[in-house]
Amino acid sequence: MSIQLVNIHKSFGEKEVLRGFSLTIDAGQTMVVIGGSGSGKSVTLKHIIGLLRPDIGEVWVDGENVARLDQASVYRIRRKVGFVFQFAALFDSMTIAENVAMGLERMETFSEAEIRDRVEECLEWVDLGGYGDRMPAQLSGGQRKRVGFARAIATEPDYILYDEPTTGLDPITKAVIDELIMKMADELGVTGVVITHDMDSAFRIADRIAMLHEGRNRFEGTPEELRATDDPVVKGFIEGRPDLLESA
Amino acid sequence: MDALKALRKVRLWAPHLVGQMVRVGVESVPIALFIATFTGVVLALQASYTFTGAMPLYFVGTLVGKTMILELGPVLTGLALSGRVGANIAAEIGTMRVTEQIDALEALAYDPVAYLVVPRVLAGAIMFPMVVILANALGVLAGWGTSMALLDMSSPEFLKGLRLFFDPWDVQFSVIKSISFGITVTAVGCSFGFHTRGGAAGVGRATTQAVVISSMIILVLDAFWAATLL
Repeated sequence: MSIQLVNIHKSFGEKEVLRGFSLTIDAGQTMVVIGGSGSGKSVTLKHIIGLLRPDIGEVWVDGENVARLDQASVYRIRRKVGFVFQFAALFDSMTIAENVAMGLERMETFSEAEIRDRVEECLEWVDLGGYGDRMPAQLSGGQRKRVGFARAIATEPDYILYDEPTTGLDPITKAVIDELIMKMADELGVTGVVITHDMDSAFRIADRIAMLHEGRNRFEGTPEELRATDDPVVKGFIEGRPDLLESA
Repeated sequence: MDALKALRKVRLWAPHLVGQMVRVGVESVPIALFIATFTGVVLALQASYTFTGAMPLYFVGTLVGKTMILELGPVLTGLALSGRVGANIAAEIGTMRVTEQIDALEALAYDPVAYLVVPRVLAGAIMFPMVVILANALGVLAGWGTSMALLDMSSPEFLKGLRLFFDPWDVQFSVIKSISFGITVTAVGCSFGFHTRGGAAGVGRATTQAVVISSMIILVLDAFWAATLL
């Protein structure tokens, strides 16, 4: 069980976002992908669940090339993957409980009582037990993100993809979110792919870190290897030093 | 094409159909009836103004009935609902697009066309004719009341004119037109909503375009049905 991105090229009009990006994420691992804004990190995540298809390249999930599958097979793959969106992407016309129940209802294998119990269990898991009847607009940004986590884990996926999970949050809420990501890996055994440009967060949660730069993989290694790197582009990014980036 | 394929996914769209029928149809009844009432009043007054001294006054009933059922009931209702329903759909789906709610649906293995588009378009096809039939009826009633209250016509006189050239086909024609308008307004609203780009400004743009384009298509369809079915 793994995710493999092989030589992914993706353009939007004239703009070439990914130019041969490759990455392998092994089972049980939390892979953090870092990179500047607009470097194609979110685009990469959307390829994994077939929301985008590469112009060139292959996206393997559990031995199936998502880029070549028909729509029905893509939906089957998506049921194995939870997705935590940058701004939670909660359905604002639904209650919190209805949001979390969406994936379970789609599976069409659970009774109403089972769905209700599982929803409450997931909300308690993210410390939002008893919030099921509220609407997304009644929650803070951090709480909405936690609901996004609950929705992602409700179907007990093998993989969870996190799109900038700590962006725009205060330091305390960031720490809470980081702990949740680690808890999901440790207690649920979920394979995680985390997109972020928050280096504190990256060092805290990552088993491995990859850096996406100019559409390609500039670095891949453990957090310790990242700290020790001499690559001025990578060093400039993690230390927040534009002078190093310019001199590279 | 995607919407036709998505029709097969009944379990995704069926639970939302009744809710959309209420939003698209039932909630549109007040504005449709308001427009129809005043249209009926004006038609009766203008018919009387035109016919006085030239034709028997009972032709007021004929003109009110024919014009309301064949043209103004469906077209004015269609145009009003392109503003109310089409704009609402484009803004709602457009907001879902720019806030990644549609991506979230897809990530949860929902087909967004089956889930969002099909129930809205079906609701439009089912409810527009019903709203138009109500509007036609109220427009004629308003013309009838106006004729008696302001034109010194008797009720039998108005009814004589109304029956004179009445053809049940006129009602079928009105229903066919309104089904096509219902599909147009909802499908155009969904399409512009789905292809929204660029945040709040993009949602505003999509909403405006949905209303303008669906209004134009309604007028083209109106001419098309008149040319092909009458």
